[in-house]
Amino acid sequence: MKTLRALLRNPQGAAGLALCSLVMLTAILGPAIAPNDPEAFHFGARFAAPSAEFPFGTDWYGRDLFSRILVGARSTVLLALLATVIGTALGAIIGVVSGYLGGMVDEAIMRVTDAVMAIPSLLFALMILAALGSSALNAVLAIGIAFTPGMARISRSVTLQVRSLDYVSAAKARGESLRWIVLAEILPNTIAPVIVEGTIRVAFAIMTLATLSFLGLGAQPPAPEWGLMIAEARDHLFRSPWPVVAPGAAIAIVAIGFNLLGDGLRDVLNPRTGDHA
Amino acid sequence: MSASFLLRRLAYLALTAFLVSLIVFGVTQLLPANAATMILGEYATPEALAALNQKLGLDQPALVQYGQWLSGAVQGDFGISLRTSQPVGPSIMSAFGRSALLAALSLALVCVIAIPLGVWAGTKRGGPTDLGLSVVSYLGVSLPEFVLATLLLAWLAGPAVGLFPASGYTPFSEDPLKALHHLALPVITLAIILTAHISRMVRSEMVDTLESDFVRAARLRGLSKRQVIYNHALRNSMLPAITVIALDVGYLIGGVIVVEEVFAFPGIGRQLILAIQNRDLPMLQAGALIMALTYALANLAADLAYAALDKRIQYK
Repeated sequence: MKTLRALLRNPQGAAGLALCSLVMLTAILGPAIAPNDPEAFHFGARFAAPSAEFPFGTDWYGRDLFSRILVGARSTVLLALLATVIGTALGAIIGVVSGYLGGMVDEAIMRVTDAVMAIPSLLFALMILAALGSSALNAVLAIGIAFTPGMARISRSVTLQVRSLDYVSAAKARGESLRWIVLAEILPNTIAPVIVEGTIRVAFAIMTLATLSFLGLGAQPPAPEWGLMIAEARDHLFRSPWPVVAPGAAIAIVAIGFNLLGDGLRDVLNPRTGDHA
Repeated sequence: MSASFLLRRLAYLALTAFLVSLIVFGVTQLLPANAATMILGEYATPEALAALNQKLGLDQPALVQYGQWLSGAVQGDFGISLRTSQPVGPSIMSAFGRSALLAALSLALVCVIAIPLGVWAGTKRGGPTDLGLSVVSYLGVSLPEFVLATLLLAWLAGPAVGLFPASGYTPFSEDPLKALHHLALPVITLAIILTAHISRMVRSEMVDTLESDFVRAARLRGLSKRQVIYNHALRNSMLPAITVIALDVGYLIGGVIVVEEVFAFPGIGRQLILAIQNRDLPMLQAGALIMALTYALANLAADLAYAALDKRIQYK
């Protein structure tokens, strides 16, 4: 509650929270509030400019772009959230265990994360997709795995700060098990920085997911996934800009929303550690 | 910067390269379809498959295959492309050269634009320029490369404007003007996205530096604002800027892949996408390895530049 109030006082945080709430509402209600059938062809109105009937215009089949974007919000936004959750959870566990155990285990894990981070994340996601095959869910998995090392480093560095605190020593002195100390004592205290980083990562995940679909390696036609919509619109690029502009703007708005929210959260939760990531 | 620092950093690079090669090889080993099946098709006889597997060395244990692949890769031999039946090495290297040109031009443009822009916004903090730049750069970091590339393509290469060709490539040796014409749109796209990143970083570094004690001391000594900015603050803001630019090489590599695909530019990114679509294992391994090594080298270069420029940090 205190965090929420502080967040609302922060201009970036308030704007981000408003945008993200709007986006989440759209993702949940999308199909219910879409004015037209996203798959219905209106051959009389191909390449229409925005109008009262078609707020964002229509594509080459005369499909209503507004409805397609509303329906596509679910797959794009929720899948990006899922990818971030996978990467964050995996990374947090690896990072906390590595930081807590220290020594050779820590050294080995960190060298491997270094090597994975030496591969640009889009390239790494592409390699995983090459191995798994193209599909929307595989793209989610690929992004989640590509995010894991970065999250592992952040939660490790927080763990190193927390490890030497008194309450952890107290748990050790009580004779608690390793699993208890990691899960109940350390993990909850790494949550704040991990959530900040995770929120900013959602914006990356949206952009990467759309990029993978654009490259033909994520969602497959005729899904109204935003990146895929732009890829398909390339064949009709010079007839009308709306099939590219509408999903492009949708991606940008979601990414801006999560970037703002992440920056706002960072200011509110831990003003100092911001630039370490 | 001492010799032992250099040596340690090089050893670290070698370790990273080794681990990256393991990852690249390991991930591509997971491919569901076997290369021989892909060459001969689904209806090949088991005998033909076994014979080809033996010829390609695919019947060997994974570790032996890795050893053979690595020893070939070190000598520049990446095997034969499954898609074109040509040696991978030469074709990936010439594609890499074209991509490197694309990346170098983009980076040069970014340095010329983003650093002055960031410095300017940082010195005029809170003013309309600063505000305008932060809004635009927020948009820039939230817009994926492929959206910007497609929009620029629709606008600048469309029949209405027709300023640039929509796709393709001309070698510099053939016709330098035409080559630049083809490079323009991909370079502009990459430069805009990277400028959004880097100008933000330079701005925040500049703001921090201008608030630091030594800048205040310089002002108190009676130096002009101009002298303080150019002789004191700028130099100290450059160090983090170098790191940011090196880190952005990772972004740049991702951007190069996307932009090459949009503008049908025959570089390493497009080769990589083709390799994935066609399950061309040797090409995929070579492309991924070269890109990852480029990134590792960029980071090494940044570390060395940092050590050379910042005399305070004693690297042992």
